[in-house]
Amino acid sequence: MSRAKGSIVGIGELKPQRLTQGVTTLEMIAEVSRLAVLDAGLERAAIDGLLVGPQVGETPQHVPATIAEYLGLAPTMANVVDLGGASGAGMVWRAAAAIEAGMCEAVLCVLANNREETAPRSPNRNPIREFDVPFGASGANISYALLMQAHMAEYGSTARDFALIAAAARANAQLNPDAIFYGKPADAEAVLASPMIASPLHLLEIVMPVAGGEAVVVTSAERARSLGKPPVHLLGAGEKVTHRAVSQAPHLTSGPLKNAMARAFQQSGTRADEMDLLSLYDCYTIMVATTIEDAGLCAPGAFGAWLNEHDLSHKGDKPLNTHGGQLGFGQPDLAGGMTHVVEAVRQLRGEAGERQIGNAGLALVSGNGATMSEATALVLGAA
Amino acid sequence: MSVDLNTLKTPGPTITALTRPFWDAAAEGRLMIQHCEDCGKAVFYPRPICPHCWGKRLLWKDASGRGRLKSFSEVHKPGHPGWLPAAPYVVGLVELAEGPTMLSFILPGTRPQQIGDMLLLAPTAIGGRVLPAFRQIELATEEEPR
Repeated sequence: MSRAKGSIVGIGELKPQRLTQGVTTLEMIAEVSRLAVLDAGLERAAIDGLLVGPQVGETPQHVPATIAEYLGLAPTMANVVDLGGASGAGMVWRAAAAIEAGMCEAVLCVLANNREETAPRSPNRNPIREFDVPFGASGANISYALLMQAHMAEYGSTARDFALIAAAARANAQLNPDAIFYGKPADAEAVLASPMIASPLHLLEIVMPVAGGEAVVVTSAERARSLGKPPVHLLGAGEKVTHRAVSQAPHLTSGPLKNAMARAFQQSGTRADEMDLLSLYDCYTIMVATTIEDAGLCAPGAFGAWLNEHDLSHKGDKPLNTHGGQLGFGQPDLAGGMTHVVEAVRQLRGEAGERQIGNAGLALVSGNGATMSEATALVLGAA
Repeated sequence: MSVDLNTLKTPGPTITALTRPFWDAAAEGRLMIQHCEDCGKAVFYPRPICPHCWGKRLLWKDASGRGRLKSFSEVHKPGHPGWLPAAPYVVGLVELAEGPTMLSFILPGTRPQQIGDMLLLAPTAIGGRVLPAFRQIELATEEEPR
């Protein structure tokens, strides 16, 4: 296996909430950043790199400077990572790369969002707004419904195959008291009985939007060894961006994560079937199905059979999204993608409590943005 | 879907000088797309340079109006409230005979939609403007687009 490119030494997470009142995203960023830096056992002044997400409706420009000032940081590397749900995973390798380039030594990667009762509609002006919205296609649900329908037609995958993914996420969420669906399991029948939103996509196959925040601290593998918590090493990463609107997708049943994961495996000298944890981006059930296939865990179109052959719980042979995934935990907007990083770190540290997996050595983390179009993959390894 | 689509309060296109020819043609019930004089490929949506070869010699031409349904969804809970009275309605990805794919509104047909259906341009007044919608080609009659 390859050497570590950098290490995650701190994590922070806010409990998801359905709605916030009078709380700004900046306030939530401050809270979750503090948690991650405390967890790392670093002094605030040691943070000299800052990666943040875009903030539509709150701080449209100068986001890194606004957040640095708010947190009292004076970073020597600061940037926005704008890859939708792939932003969190995208931050981790960028942090390691910036450290390796000699620009900084400890990078705070933070994403958070408030969620008010009446969120303003953003004044978009782009090709999706001009050429999709007037025809009745607003929002991500329809895009993923189109991807799901194409998968069913090409491979004969069934509604029940997809429902099993949502049911497994809900089952895993029963061991995470912070999850929005803690205490609310749902089996495949309940998923299939939930309202049709955009055929063939049912309500319970779609993430619940929540407020929340996630942060990690990345430093060099060398420095990580001197800190309190067991470091989690970045062994490989991959990224690919192919399109934005679903109509412009080069393929409907395979996505850019295929290339991103292949690069992450190649860099780390690992294979998909060696992963002890699958921490896979799950905005919709179809996203998990396609990622399982694109990772090479099964043949294209065969995810349904694969699900039936494996136990996805923390005790199972293929633990998948042990925090409940976003389908069980809730999706705190862009921070949702970072939940997959934070959970992988918990598992690889052996800090996952009653949902701890056995032999936590390697984890695959995937991030996905827009319409299966922005993809980042990480292979993380225990110290 | 029994509502008059033209009475819907749906969001219209955000037209620019560059995209104006597409929407002007649409208003006349035609589908016009760009063609690259350098690489010969058709381009959708409109751009100032060809995304295939970065050539700048893009010509507007009438499309054949024929397409193939690559995927579709029956929308029960629209993302924009203006579409609520029309739900459920069908949107689809239409692979135009010229090559590019566009998202469009698919009119109800005589049989259920299936991926692979051959489609024909069916200009339809939606929300106070004529949009290039599509519908199934009737199997019995070998229809020609007008």
